[in-house]
Amino acid sequence: MSRIDVCVAACADLFLGAGEILASPMGLIPQLGAKLARLTSEPDLLMSDGEAYLLGEHGIEGWLPYRKVFDVVAHGRRHVVMGANQLDRFGNQNISCIGDHDKPTRQLLGFRGAPGNTVNHRTSYWVPKHSKRVFVPRVDVVSGVGHDRGFHNVHRVVTDLCVLDFATPDGSMRLVSTHPGVTVEEVLDNTGFPLDVGEAGTTREPTPQELELIDKLDPDHARH
Amino acid sequence: MRDKRMSAAEVAAELSDGMTVGIGGWGSRRKPMALVRAILDSPVRDLTVVSYGGPDVGLLCAAGKVRRLVFGFVSLDSIAYDPWFQRVRQQGGIEVREYDEGMLYSGLLAASHRLPFLPIRAGLGSDVMRVNPDLKTVRSPYDDEELVAMPALQLDVALIHLNRADRHGNGQYLGPDPYFDDLFCLAAKRRFLSCERIVDTAELDGPPQSLLTNRMMVDGVVETPNGAHFTSCVPDYGRDEKFQRHYAKSAADQELWPSFVDQFLSRGETGYQLAVQGMS
Repeated sequence: MSRIDVCVAACADLFLGAGEILASPMGLIPQLGAKLARLTSEPDLLMSDGEAYLLGEHGIEGWLPYRKVFDVVAHGRRHVVMGANQLDRFGNQNISCIGDHDKPTRQLLGFRGAPGNTVNHRTSYWVPKHSKRVFVPRVDVVSGVGHDRGFHNVHRVVTDLCVLDFATPDGSMRLVSTHPGVTVEEVLDNTGFPLDVGEAGTTREPTPQELELIDKLDPDHARH
Repeated sequence: MRDKRMSAAEVAAELSDGMTVGIGGWGSRRKPMALVRAILDSPVRDLTVVSYGGPDVGLLCAAGKVRRLVFGFVSLDSIAYDPWFQRVRQQGGIEVREYDEGMLYSGLLAASHRLPFLPIRAGLGSDVMRVNPDLKTVRSPYDDEELVAMPALQLDVALIHLNRADRHGNGQYLGPDPYFDDLFCLAAKRRFLSCERIVDTAELDGPPQSLLTNRMMVDGVVETPNGAHFTSCVPDYGRDEKFQRHYAKSAADQELWPSFVDQFLSRGETGYQLAVQGMS
C-alpha cells in the first residue's frame, strides 16, 4: 500500500453520511475517492462524468449539462472537492490569481464556481502537495469562502500529508490525522499558520478490499 | 422566410469599436472560432468580451482586441491556463469584471428576461464583491435575506457555433451540452450563429429538444465547416489536442508566436483550414 492509496481512502471518507447527493470531485485522487465511497460506504452518491452525464453503475443515468449543475449548486444537494492554489486557516481558498487582482503576478483559472459552491453546499479541498505556498496566512483573492466569513460549510482538507478539518470553536483549521509515516512536525513545518494539533491521530489505511477496488478503478496506476 | 446566410467577414463587419460581444461555448468547447478569427482579421478594437473563456479569449487578447473581459474563468480544459490571457493579465493589459461562473449565468438570464438584475447567493463573503466594487446586494422583501444583485449582462452582439442550422437561424446542437448559447442570443441585440453545415429545415433531424435556437433568436447564419477548430464540436469532431498544445506552446513563447500567426492566422479562414490539414 502506498501513501496515495491512503489519500484516496481519506477522500472516500469525505462523503461518509452524504446519502443521495451529487459528488463533484475535481482531480484524479478525489475522483477515485468518490468512486470508492460509492462502491463501499455511500452507494447512493450521484456522480457526473465531467461532461454532461450522470454516470451510474451501468452507464448513463441522467443528464447534467453545465447549466443544470448550477441548479444543483443553488439547490444545495452537492459536495464538491476542489483544488486550491492558496488556502488559509479558516478555509478561504484562492484559484483566481496570485498577487494584486488589478495586476496579478500570476493569473490562475479565475473564480470559477468557488464563490457559489461555498455559500451553497458542503465543500472540501484536495491539496496534492502540502506546502507553505498553499497553506498561507492570508490568501490573495478569496474565491472559495471560509468559516470566518459567514454561514459556510467547509468540511475537510485532504493533503499528501494529512487530513484537516475546522471543528474548533472559531472554525479555524485543525489537524485530524497525519498519514502513516508522517509526523505532526512535518505538517507544521509545511503549514504557514498555527494549527490545532491537540487530538491528531493517524489516518486509517484502506482495507484489503478497498485496495482491490482502488486498483480496479485505476488499473493503469495513473494515481502514482 | 428570410435567408440569413452571410460570411464570417460580414459578421465581423457588424461589430464596431467598443461593443460588448458575448461568445458562446465553454472553455475549449464549441467556440465560434471561425467568427473569432474573422474578428482578428477586422479593424475592430476596444471590445468588451463576455465569455466562459477558452482560446477565444486568448486569441482576441493576442490581437489586442479586448479592452475589458467579463468572465468566470479562462481555461483550455486539457491545458489549465491560456498563456495569452495570462500574459495580458499579468501585464495589466485589460480591464476585468471577474465573477463566479453561476453569476455570469444569472447576468445573462437577467438580460434575456429584460430584468435589471437577478438575485443570487454566489459571491457573498468572497472577493467577487471586493474586486467588483460596483456590485450591490439586495434584501429579500419577504424575509430580509441579503443576496447579490447580479446586474444584467446586456450584449450588443452574440456569437455562437452549433453543429447544424437552416438558413433562417433554426440551430441544432448534436453534442451532449447546450452550454449557454441560447442565453447569449437572448441577451444580445444582434445574434450570429456559425455552424458546421447549413441544411434544409426538414433535414434538422434528431431529437426536437436538440433544436437550441429558433429563427427569432438569430440574425445571421454562417456555414463554417470545422469552424470551432481547435475546440471541440462533438459529435462532428473532438478537440484537436495536438493543435491546442501547439497553440499553447506558441502562445507561451513570444519568439514562437509570430510564426504561429504567419502559418495559421495570416491567410484567412481558408488558409487556416489548409494549414491545419497540412499539420495533421
